[in-house]
Amino acid sequence: MANVSASPGRHTKPAPTQLKPMWDPYVAGFFLGLVLLGTFLVVGRGLGASGALARITARTAEIFVPSWVHGNGALGPYFAKGAKWWDDWLVFELIGVVLGGLAAGLTGGRFGIQIERGPRVTARQRLLFAFLGGAIAGFGARLAQGCTSGQALTGGATLALGSWAFMFAVFGGAYGLAYFVRRLWT
Amino acid sequence: MMPLKPETWIAYTFAVLSGFAFGFVLERAGFGSSRKLAAQFYLRDMTVLKVMFTAIVTAMLGLVLLRAAGLVNMDAIYVNPTFLGPQVVGGLIFGAGFVVGGYCPGTSAVAAATGKVDGIVFLAGIAAGILGYAGAYPKLAAFANKGGDRVFLMDWLKLSYGTVAILVTLLALGMFAGAEWIERKMRGAAPTTPGSAGDESHQDDTTAPSPAE
Repeated sequence: MANVSASPGRHTKPAPTQLKPMWDPYVAGFFLGLVLLGTFLVVGRGLGASGALARITARTAEIFVPSWVHGNGALGPYFAKGAKWWDDWLVFELIGVVLGGLAAGLTGGRFGIQIERGPRVTARQRLLFAFLGGAIAGFGARLAQGCTSGQALTGGATLALGSWAFMFAVFGGAYGLAYFVRRLWT
Repeated sequence: MMPLKPETWIAYTFAVLSGFAFGFVLERAGFGSSRKLAAQFYLRDMTVLKVMFTAIVTAMLGLVLLRAAGLVNMDAIYVNPTFLGPQVVGGLIFGAGFVVGGYCPGTSAVAAATGKVDGIVFLAGIAAGILGYAGAYPKLAAFANKGGDRVFLMDWLKLSYGTVAILVTLLALGMFAGAEWIERKMRGAAPTTPGSAGDESHQDDTTAPSPAE
């Protein structure tokens, strides 16, 4: 435990008391696979995240620029006649993800307001690159129609060809750029 | 016959519950931490690869076996349509965002839920990226919508479902062996990230599942 509090990248003090250990990666992966299998068997769909974020983003943008959102080819369909922006399995699933993450963080002793960053960047730089990275990933996820959960995990498990292409492209993009942005993390 | 496809409100209740389990497991895997996630791309911590491929193989084998037993109808299960061009280009862009920002969308939601300000900011970035994509959509639509067929790895490889499942399992096992080898090589060679393979702190608790290596 002393190891964690002494680690250089932690911006603020880590959550106190009873830090639960991480699960073994293979155990965590097995349970994640069972959850995914469960959603296939019950509703016939997998997990996801970016699809729900697109709907929430569209709804938020609708407050400010409704006509642009409604007329947009990418966001408009969420508000078509008979459709409701929140009426999608992924929106409810994402609510669960946030609640589950919160519950695990609280019970694991890992909840705490902090900015996690590499040892060589300031908090301000970290937030700037977090925003930039999010924007790039958000754009890529919409183009690919899914992200790590909706494409790589879900499509990977159903052996969808395009999802496997996506998965290798993600690793290719990340490993390809990693060297050039190493100052962010190492 | 599965999928059961219950009525909407039951499905949505189940969505919250399965999302809860998903988020809980992501946090317990250590994926609320951007440094741990990014360490995957510096070969310091192979947890992302191990968790992802264990999950894929588990769900895949479950589907294959239940289908062989006649308990599940694959035709009734949603399979991501294949848009090869947009998925490869989108994947490359997405991977770049992953290593720059330290998260993917699902993990940033977990990070935000556990109080990580960088996770919240990454989510705000995603929203900006989604709006940027929407703005560019009129110009991208022709490229983005090319494809859309239900195509499987087995169609591409011209092999049976079962054979491909075995090959994917072997591929995963090979990558796990490689991941363990890399982690042994890198251990001690570099500063560790919290909860990473080289960090002993996560082994203090006696209730911890024993490390696979």
